[in-house]
Amino acid sequence: MTEHAIIMRDVNKFYGAYHALVDVDLTVERGERIVICGPSGSGKSTLIRTINQLETIHSGTINVDGVELTAGGDNVAKVRQDVGMVFQSFNLFPHMTVLENCILAPMKTRKTPRAEAEQTARHYLERVKIPEQADKYPAQLSGGQQQRVAIARALCMKPRIMLFDEPTSALDPEMVKEVLDTMIDLAREGMTMLCVTHEMDFARAVADRVIFMDKGMIVEQGAPDVFFNNPQNERLKNFLGQIA
Amino acid sequence: MIREFSSADVLFIMSAARWTLILSAIAFLGGAIGGLSIALARTSHGKWLRRIAAWFIQVFQGTPLLMQLFLVYFGLAVVGLPINPLLAAAVALTLHASAYLGEIWRGAIEAVPSGQTEAATALALSYPDRMRHVVLPQALRIATAPTVGFLVQLIKGTSLASIIGFTELTRAGQIVNNATFKPFLVFGTVAAIYFILCWPLSLLARHMETRMRRAITR
Ligand SMILES: Nc1ncnc2c1ncn2[C@@H]1O[C@H](COP(=O)(O)OP(=O)(O)OP(=O)(O)O)[C@@H](O)[C@H]1O
Ligand SMILES: [Mg+2]
Repeated sequence: MTEHAIIMRDVNKFYGAYHALVDVDLTVERGERIVICGPSGSGKSTLIRTINQLETIHSGTINVDGVELTAGGDNVAKVRQDVGMVFQSFNLFPHMTVLENCILAPMKTRKTPRAEAEQTARHYLERVKIPEQADKYPAQLSGGQQQRVAIARALCMKPRIMLFDEPTSALDPEMVKEVLDTMIDLAREGMTMLCVTHEMDFARAVADRVIFMDKGMIVEQGAPDVFFNNPQNERLKNFLGQIA
Repeated sequence: MIREFSSADVLFIMSAARWTLILSAIAFLGGAIGGLSIALARTSHGKWLRRIAAWFIQVFQGTPLLMQLFLVYFGLAVVGLPINPLLAAAVALTLHASAYLGEIWRGAIEAVPSGQTEAATALALSYPDRMRHVVLPQALRIATAPTVGFLVQLIKGTSLASIIGFTELTRAGQIVNNATFKPFLVFGTVAAIYFILCWPLSLLARHMETRMRRAITR
């Protein structure tokens, strides 16, 4: 066991001829909370999706919780069990109830007995504050509720790392807060988190480090107060000016 | 000698309809298994799997069913493997149904949003679990109406088996007509039976299609 949650070294990724990640180096400590921001198309999604191998990489190495992702074998499956992911578009399974959404993966991949999986699911639904929706279908819930279910579903796998890809971008403004509050709770409990988001208040409140990406590169990073108050890179200054 | 068209003839035709149903059922079940394999191969990551499946679909959709039937029936006889007409018809229709159902279901699988597969993958579900629990149940809903529609085509398509001498509904009609020479009456009866078999299915397919459309726009 290493003390690092994630170590990425010299990671390069291409979509055809397009160079989407350029020599990315990133080390994430256990319990660290990282916010990633940057203009559209800068490679933020691509970056976090390589951590659970939703995207393969062309060169470099990624080590997640001591497991070498690129080493083959069933390493990828192992890493995915320990890394939860929340998507912009929720991606709940529409033909299953909330509870069924939450117990599917623990039952199939962790071989958890149903009763235990349901108990865990109810526990996490409680924590995201929607225990009463367990038997509804996703389409019957609001966007904010659906996203909280998606967070609970990921937590049911008892992951050690959580990835968020713009979890509030598809939500109506009045629902953003309930999802951010859930994420803040999670952060307070010491979860290692990588969040792609443009919610800079969230970054100020919980992030240990903020990363700015541009054109597939990590251009600047730092603790929130330095990052926001004293940005060095011109493009970052520009970017902060635009979203403020 | 020409005799009257009697109730015995009607009974003969109706009992032959049983073979039409049996042949349709075999072809549909065989085609379901073959079609699922084709659809999964077409949507897989294996380049060669995809190619072989695409080639299979093109060959069987691009040639007349009758030629496929002849090839199986006469072709196998020539190479020393004579098979009976039922088996030949069942094999040819199964291959035919596999190609068409494979193409229908490929489309349905691809119509399931990619976010579903991504979420399932991120949850560490294996490929079989992803397909079985996440993608296929959703694809099935999309595919039900066109699948029932194809079943109607398949039932009518079994009439070609009459040409290689298999006594299903159409061939029974020919036999009775040869003896009675009442083509309007005989083939009218035969057509009516096809209609009774297919019409409820057509209605069902249309019903499911409207329901499906409503579900999408909801
Ligand atoms: N599957 C793909 N095929 C081809 N190009 C892709 C693919 N996915 C992403 N790209 C390209 O790679 C670049 C980085 O994409 P990525 O989704 O990582 O950006 P992003 O920073 O998350 O942007 P956004 O803020 O819009 O979500 C973009 O230029 C995008 O067009
Ligand atoms: Mg993105």
